[in-house]
Amino acid sequence: MVCLFDCVILSCFYVIIHLVYKVGDVLLPGDVFSFQMPESITDSKPEKVVCGPGLRRNGDEVLVCKSGILRHKQPNLYWIDSQQRRYVPGKGESVIGIITSKSGDIFKVDVGGSEQASLSYLAFEGATKRNRPNVQVGDLVYSQFIIANKDMEPELVCIDSCGRANGMGVFGAGGLLFKVSLGLVRRLLAPQSEIAKDLEKMFPFEIVVGMNGRVWVKSKTIQQTLIVANLLESCENMTAQQRQTLFRRVADGSI
Amino acid sequence: MRDTPLSNCERDFLLKAIQEKKRLDGRQTYDYRSIKISFGTDYGCCFVDLGKTRIMAQVSCELITPKENRPNEGLIFFNIELSPMASPAFEMGRQSELLVKLNRQLERCLRNSKCIDTESLCVVSGEKVWQIRVDVHLLNHDGNLMDAASIAAIAALCHFRRPDVGIQGEEVTVYSTEERDPIPLSIYHMPICVSFSFFQQGTYLLVDPCEREERVMDGLLMIAMNKHREICSIQSSGGIMLLKDQVLRCSKIASVKVSEITELINKALENDKKARKTGGKFGFAESLPQERITALKTDVSPVEMSDVKEKANEIVQRAEVPPQTVPSPVLTAPGTGQVGEGLENSWGLKEEEEEEEEEEDETVELKMDETDSPGPRSVCAVFHGHSWQDGTE
Repeated sequence: MVCLFDCVILSCFYVIIHLVYKVGDVLLPGDVFSFQMPESITDSKPEKVVCGPGLRRNGDEVLVCKSGILRHKQPNLYWIDSQQRRYVPGKGESVIGIITSKSGDIFKVDVGGSEQASLSYLAFEGATKRNRPNVQVGDLVYSQFIIANKDMEPELVCIDSCGRANGMGVFGAGGLLFKVSLGLVRRLLAPQSEIAKDLEKMFPFEIVVGMNGRVWVKSKTIQQTLIVANLLESCENMTAQQRQTLFRRVADGSI
Repeated sequence: MRDTPLSNCERDFLLKAIQEKKRLDGRQTYDYRSIKISFGTDYGCCFVDLGKTRIMAQVSCELITPKENRPNEGLIFFNIELSPMASPAFEMGRQSELLVKLNRQLERCLRNSKCIDTESLCVVSGEKVWQIRVDVHLLNHDGNLMDAASIAAIAALCHFRRPDVGIQGEEVTVYSTEERDPIPLSIYHMPICVSFSFFQQGTYLLVDPCEREERVMDGLLMIAMNKHREICSIQSSGGIMLLKDQVLRCSKIASVKVSEITELINKALENDKKARKTGGKFGFAESLPQERITALKTDVSPVEMSDVKEKANEIVQRAEVPPQTVPSPVLTAPGTGQVGEGLENSWGLKEEEEEEEEEEDETVELKMDETDSPGPRSVCAVFHGHSWQDGTE
């Protein structure tokens, strides 16, 4: 699964030797999280455990705060895989934003969260005070969060730490933007994504996936773009089997 | 909350797609989305799904004094509410332009067309008439609110039953539903709105626009018609200029659509009536599809039950006699009590003593298991008061 989230690292968290929850169990908010020590570690040295999204530390114990399935990644990473549609900005995540207004030195960008994020004029590759980027209201930008917490207004940039664009910036002419759930987006962005592999076999297309649930697709003809968009929206709740039969049916019957 | 702005690329793509006669969900130009009509358990409650747009209408009635210039006509009152759950752009309590427009349109469509016989709503002329109130709530906004609202309102009105009224001389008795069957309203015809959206200054036309198409449209033409091909109201908004033959073409399309939708409403009413008569289940909960993707399911498998009884007897005989257990010590010190129903407490008897004591003694009984978690101490502490008397153990 995707690793782009902020982690809370607990130091010297003493592991409770209790068989309460296994990886793959469905947990509900309010459950106290404790887990079994893996067999390979026999000495009871205090282990550093990394808690991912959905787990929250409350004094001495770790509580579950989102309902979902418990996942584990070696060596010591646990998180809750939950499903939601409303996006909450997180630092370092790449999202598709829509420019809503220009004011002073910054653009206001809508990312689907509760607040609009700000994007500075100078945060584009090759932008200086004299050389302003060519960005209009209503354009799509692919950018990354540098500040995203609950106390401050979120901030975006379109360059990485070396000053290169690295794929970010304004884009979007000729394609279609639509919204899917966050779980589907994470599945698409996973390194070995099956959905992406199945889609590649259909026909060539360009796709930009934002972590805020927005997906942009462009293909050679409008019909093909619409097909890809509809397929992605519909393969949300399908099993791999159903999805492959659907894709095969469309590929056989398509133009 | 603000609504998501429409980006330039979406607008361009939609307009280009419409020029090629393609819609986002694959419909044809004159196609409606799938309409689903379901009724609630109460008479007069109706849910309409037009694609993803969802609307609920509820009809209720009340006896009031009539207007002075129309003493023997009942009153009908319409109210549309845009719930904030329908779209982030809607805010509770804020009168938006869209809301006023929808309300006005629904009134014109249903009241001015005189589809309901208001004189039949009169009970005592000049004194008591029925006021029918139609509340329409928008639950999800995915375009074409007016059509869905008009379908929901007229279906709810057809479904509604008002209480029966008996008049004997000067006395008027209103019978409840248990005493006498309620009677339906007398409805002459069913006007239904059909919306047409225009793009590129009237060049392209789409029926039943979804929310994205509504955002890029130039203008909207709304025709309210009944199945007898009588036009009840026409409204054009957005300021586009339409040619005469365009309007005539739209009215022809509207008549076809209206007859289909009227048939659908009648079928839904029939099904509901049949379900109620045969005693089958009806109502909103029954019409919801069972969409469970997390339900655990295993195949039905037979269970071997023949030798269970002997095995049970064997186990019981081999088991040891359980040790003598003493019930938990009961503390009968004054001012203490056991928490739970039916257990003893001495709180009621020793009220004066309790007032004297500063601390109230409480003992909370909990079963102390061996699997006591070393986590933070929960409420399993026992408070001792200075009036503890150890006359128990």
